[in-house]
This record gives sequence, structure tokens and C-alpha cells, in this order.
Amino acid sequence: MPNRVSLFVTCIVDQLFPKVGMAMAEVLERLGYQVDFPEKQTCCGQPAFNSGYRDEARAVARHFLETFASSEAVVVPSGSCTSMVTHHFAELFQKEPETLARVHALEKRVYEFSTFLTNVAGVDDVGARLDEVVTFHDGCHALRELGIKSAPRRLLAKVRGLELREMLPAEECCGFGGTFSVKFAELSGAMARTKIEAIERTGARAVVSLDPSCLMQIQGALSRAGSSIRTIHLAEVLASR
Amino acid sequence: MSTEFPQTFPQTFQQKIHSTLADANLQLAIYTATGRLKDKRTENVASDVLPDYQELRSHANAIKKHTIENLDFYLEEFERNVEAHGGKVVYCKDGSDVADFVLGLAKEKGSRLIVKSKSMTTEEVDLNERVEHHGLEAVETDLGEYILQLAHEKPYHIVAPALHKTRYDVAEIFTRELRIPEETQPEKQTLIARGVLREKFLAADIGISGANFLVSDSGAVVIVENEGNARLTTSAPKIHIAVAGIEKVIPRAQDLATFLKLLARSATGQLLSVYTSFLSGPRRPGEVDGPDEFYVVLLDNGRTKLLPDRSKRQSLYCIRCGACLNTCPVYRKIGGHSFPWVYSGPIGAIITPQFMGVSHEPELPFASSLCGACGEVCPVKIDIPKILLELRSDVKKTETREKQNRLEKLGFKIFAWMMTHPRMFEFAGRMAAAMAPAHDGKWIRSVPAPMSIGPVKAWLSQRDLPASPAKSFREMWRQR
Repeated sequence: MPNRVSLFVTCIVDQLFPKVGMAMAEVLERLGYQVDFPEKQTCCGQPAFNSGYRDEARAVARHFLETFASSEAVVVPSGSCTSMVTHHFAELFQKEPETLARVHALEKRVYEFSTFLTNVAGVDDVGARLDEVVTFHDGCHALRELGIKSAPRRLLAKVRGLELREMLPAEECCGFGGTFSVKFAELSGAMARTKIEAIERTGARAVVSLDPSCLMQIQGALSRAGSSIRTIHLAEVLASR
Repeated sequence: MSTEFPQTFPQTFQQKIHSTLADANLQLAIYTATGRLKDKRTENVASDVLPDYQELRSHANAIKKHTIENLDFYLEEFERNVEAHGGKVVYCKDGSDVADFVLGLAKEKGSRLIVKSKSMTTEEVDLNERVEHHGLEAVETDLGEYILQLAHEKPYHIVAPALHKTRYDVAEIFTRELRIPEETQPEKQTLIARGVLREKFLAADIGISGANFLVSDSGAVVIVENEGNARLTTSAPKIHIAVAGIEKVIPRAQDLATFLKLLARSATGQLLSVYTSFLSGPRRPGEVDGPDEFYVVLLDNGRTKLLPDRSKRQSLYCIRCGACLNTCPVYRKIGGHSFPWVYSGPIGAIITPQFMGVSHEPELPFASSLCGACGEVCPVKIDIPKILLELRSDVKKTETREKQNRLEKLGFKIFAWMMTHPRMFEFAGRMAAAMAPAHDGKWIRSVPAPMSIGPVKAWLSQRDLPASPAKSFREMWRQR
């Protein structure tokens, strides 16, 4: 078990939701980990990859590999960005055996935050307290590419004062999809509104997710609709006491 | 927006999406109908109902992979076995080949009327339009297809072609096209169609069907259906022609044990379709039913173009169950007719660019949030999201200088440069934050006009945007 972890906060958390990164660091430190933040880090390259620009994605992926080459474990507050590294980097370097070997060496050490807690640190209870009725949104890449379903729920179940109400349907996309959200804005907005209806039906006061980009889409649509339901990243829930 | 364009102007992909989203009744019809199919599927593939569901998927995938990799062998074996039973196999390169064959046969036999059972392959090559152009009458006998033929529309969905039509829509179509009093009861509507179609079955000389599976080791065409019309189509007329894509072949009859278990459950949530027909050749001496002549048309129409691509050729594994459509949050919003070809939904989004060329509708592979729900429900495990990503890359690689979005291309060049130069990334982030007033945790509804362009404008057309925080994460980290 590593006792030192590197944060990959993702570009979106770095630039737009820094408190999510701080919360994640706080939880990890509370569990006794030495936390570092490799300053060279930027992005995983997914925006370019998903938009069909593989050369550009490869350049960013290479930068990622260099930045985290010496990290024992890399913890990421996003299922989607984790999956980019652990599932798609290999696709990008099929024709470069040396780089591919580096990808395979690193991808085993890159963890989505909730699965790091439950599977590596081996904890369900991080000592958090939050008096709130929440619902949980499964990010599609976390759910379908990484198979994350129980880890965040196990963690939420141990948060004192918190009540989790599952939404129906739970596994439907919020409509973000990276550049899809602006290339097909009207369609993406319609998908977000369907998601919001499911959220509202639960009666929850907040939506928790482990993916900041889903939360940006959902909060953006909630805010536009004038709803008082707030969004909160899992790391922030677990850091609160 | 749609009403601003006269009918003769084909709508663009984005316009079709817009008009579908704007139609509240249509939205409800699509969402409800797909939801029903989706829920029934989920129920009947659940582990307590079908414990070996995942193993069946893997097995089906393995059979399809093996078959596609040995397609020449199995097609030849299938052909030998069909001919051994007295049938005939006809290879067709494209739709005009299929039409030529049908027209030639009709002329030779002096036939004027064709009955058809549901076939996406014939829809794919516009067979009805092609033969009608030469004075023949082709009548669809699947209820959904019949409704759409009367309405002069293409299928909305691979399995449920008239999924978007309510019973009131059907009443209106019947009244207008059959000149009968309005009838809104689905049972009575079915009887009306049945009355018309019975006469056609009895009068037709040629029956054209599709095929769900072509069984190589027994030379059989397997058709699944719920209405019994395919049985009539393939047995009442003197001539039966089955039209199938070359990828429909499977090696052995015993493989059906795998595929039939998966197909009906995935398509409609039934354990098995009402009718499963095994057709191998014309009526033999002593047999009561069956046609005098039996033909299997094997259609390429772009399929062989996929074979050299190790990854993307898995698109040919598809058994046309439609599960990916019913589960797709995009299809459930934009419906079938927004898509540029008869194949809609996730499977349409991956086969259209491959059969027709990526430039046919370059935006198509991008119309997905890549949520992965399609891949998860695919009974033959086609990795649809992966293929969408590959097609996106193909689109960008093949775009001509005139067609490409130069601003986007430049944008991603800058993105790649910035993301490999951390100091520039930080600097750019701070510049952007300085331009917009910083409010931690605030969400903004609009930005000053000069900034309301491109992606920002598109985002704000639907949602609020998070304001830049006072400090980035790296600043907070340094100062803590």
C-alpha cells in the first residue's frame, strides 16, 4: 500500500472547482497519506481525443506520462479523466511499443478517488458528517468504463447525518459529453433537463457525483431552471465534518 | 425553425434534431415507447431470469467474430446448401443490382404484385421505390411498415418502425389513404389492415422477406416475427425472395440456441418471438406449403468495405435488435428520422459512415455523449463507443481544407500546446479569470456580447456557466 499519493486534480477542477481538489487532499491527508501535487500537470487530453484530434491528444497524454512517471499512486477526482488514462491512453499508443509500456506501467497506479478509498486505503468510513438529503449521479465513464457503482455509495452510507435517495432512472447520462455539450447544445440541454426531472423526483436537496464535469452540466441546468437544489462533489461531502 | 424551410429543401442534421426536440407530442411518444421496450429488456435479461446472459453475449460475439473473419468460407457453404435444397443464391453489389434481379424475375413470370415482410435491408436499398418506379406494386405487410408505407415515411426504428405514431396518427393515415371512417381502436385498426393485406397475400406472385439469420450448415433462412405476416409472405406466393446482408450468415444451426435467446429479449423483451421460421428451399414433393421458387439475395452495399478494418468490422456483428436505440439517451430525444439513413440510433451512427463514407454526414459520429449505454446492452458486444471515437478521428483526418472547421482545428492545436506547457496553461487560466468577474460558487447566466461566441454562447444557450473562482487549485495549493 502506498503511503504517498499524487493528486491529478484535472484541468476542470484546477480552473473552475479548486475546492474539490482541496477537499480530496484533505480526506487523503486525514487518512495518513502524504499528498503531493506535481505542478507540471495540466489535462488528460480527453477533449482532443473525444473530438477526433488524436495527435493533439497524444501530445497531452505524453505530458501526463512524464508528469506522473515517478508517482507511487495517482488519485483523480473524476471517473471520466481516470478512464481516459486507464482505458484510452493505450489506444493512442498502439504503434509506439515503448510509450505503450509506460502507459501500462502507469495505468495500474491511477485511481478514481472513491475506489482509491474503498479498494486501496480500505476504508468506508472517513469520519465525515453532513446533514443533507442527497441523490447520487453515476457518471457514465465511472459506471460503464470503470465499473464504479458501489464504492461511492458505501462511502456515502457512512456519512453521519446524510440520507441517500436513489433517482430513477439512475444510470442515464446527464448529457454533458465534453464537446458534445456545445456541438449539440440543444440536445445536451434537453438531456440535462430530463436528468433534473429525475433528481427532483427524489426530493433530495443536493446531487452528489464523483465527476466534476457532470456536476457542471447538472448545476448549470439547475441554476438556469432557478432550482435551489445544489451540486456537491463526493470529495467535498467526505471532507465535511 | 423547420417551418421556415419548404419541404423541397432537405433539412440539415441539426435542423432535424431541433424540430424533433421542439415537438412535445413526438418527444413523449418516443420516450414512452423506447422506455417500454428498454424496461422489458432489462427485466428479461436480469440475472434471476437469464443467469447466463453475459456468457451468451460473449459466446455470440465469438461466433460473429469467427464468422466475419471467415465470411468467404461460410457464404460459399451457405450457397452450396441452399442450392442442394433447390434454392438459388444471388449476389448483389448494391440496390440497383437487387432491383434488377427482382424486376427481371417479375418480368419473366409476368408478376405485378409483391408482398413484403419487414426487412431493413430492402429499406436500406429503397427497393419499394425502385420497383414501383417500374410499375410494380410492393405492399408492406408488417403492420408498422404498412402504416408507414401509407404515410410515405421511412422506418423510425429498426424493430418498431412506426414507434413514433400514436393510434390517433394511425387513424388519420387510414382515413386519408384507405378512405374509411375514422377508427382509433388499435385492435380494430389491426383488423382493417388485415382485411386489406389478406387480399394482397392471395393475389401476390412474389413474396419478399428479410432474414434474421442465414444458417450456413443447413442452408436455411431464419426469420423471427410476431405477426405471422412473414410466414404468409414466404409461403403463400409462388416465389419467395429473401434479401439479406452478407453479414447475416452464422455457421451452424446450433448457434441459433445462442442468438435466438438474445435477439427477442434484446429487441422487445420477449423470451422468444411469436413465430420463428426456418426456411430452406422451395416446396418439395409431398409438402403442402411453400413457394415453387426460393431465392436468397446476398447484398454487399458497402459491407465488404468494413472487412479490412480489424476494429471497426465488428460493426458487422449486429443482429438488428434495436436495444441500443431504446437505451440511447440521444435516440430517445432525437428519434429515428433525424438520422441521415434508415439505420438510426447508435448502430446507425456507426454503420452509416462506414457504408456510405464518413463525409455523408460528418457530424453524425459526434452526436453522442459517449455514455456507453449502447455498448452495455448490445447482445453481441459491439464496442459502439470505441467505434464512434475512431470514426470521429476518421472524419477529422479526411476533411478537406474547404470543409474543415479551421477554428476548431486551430483551437485544438493551441489546446495541445498549452496543455504541454503548464506555465502557459496557468497564465491563460488567470487571463480568462481576470476577464470575467470572479465569484466563488456563483453561476452566470450571460457574458458580455464580445465573449458570447462559439462554445461559450452554445453552452449559455442551455445552461448557466460557473464563474471563475478567485484562485485556481494550484494557487490555493501553493498558499496553503
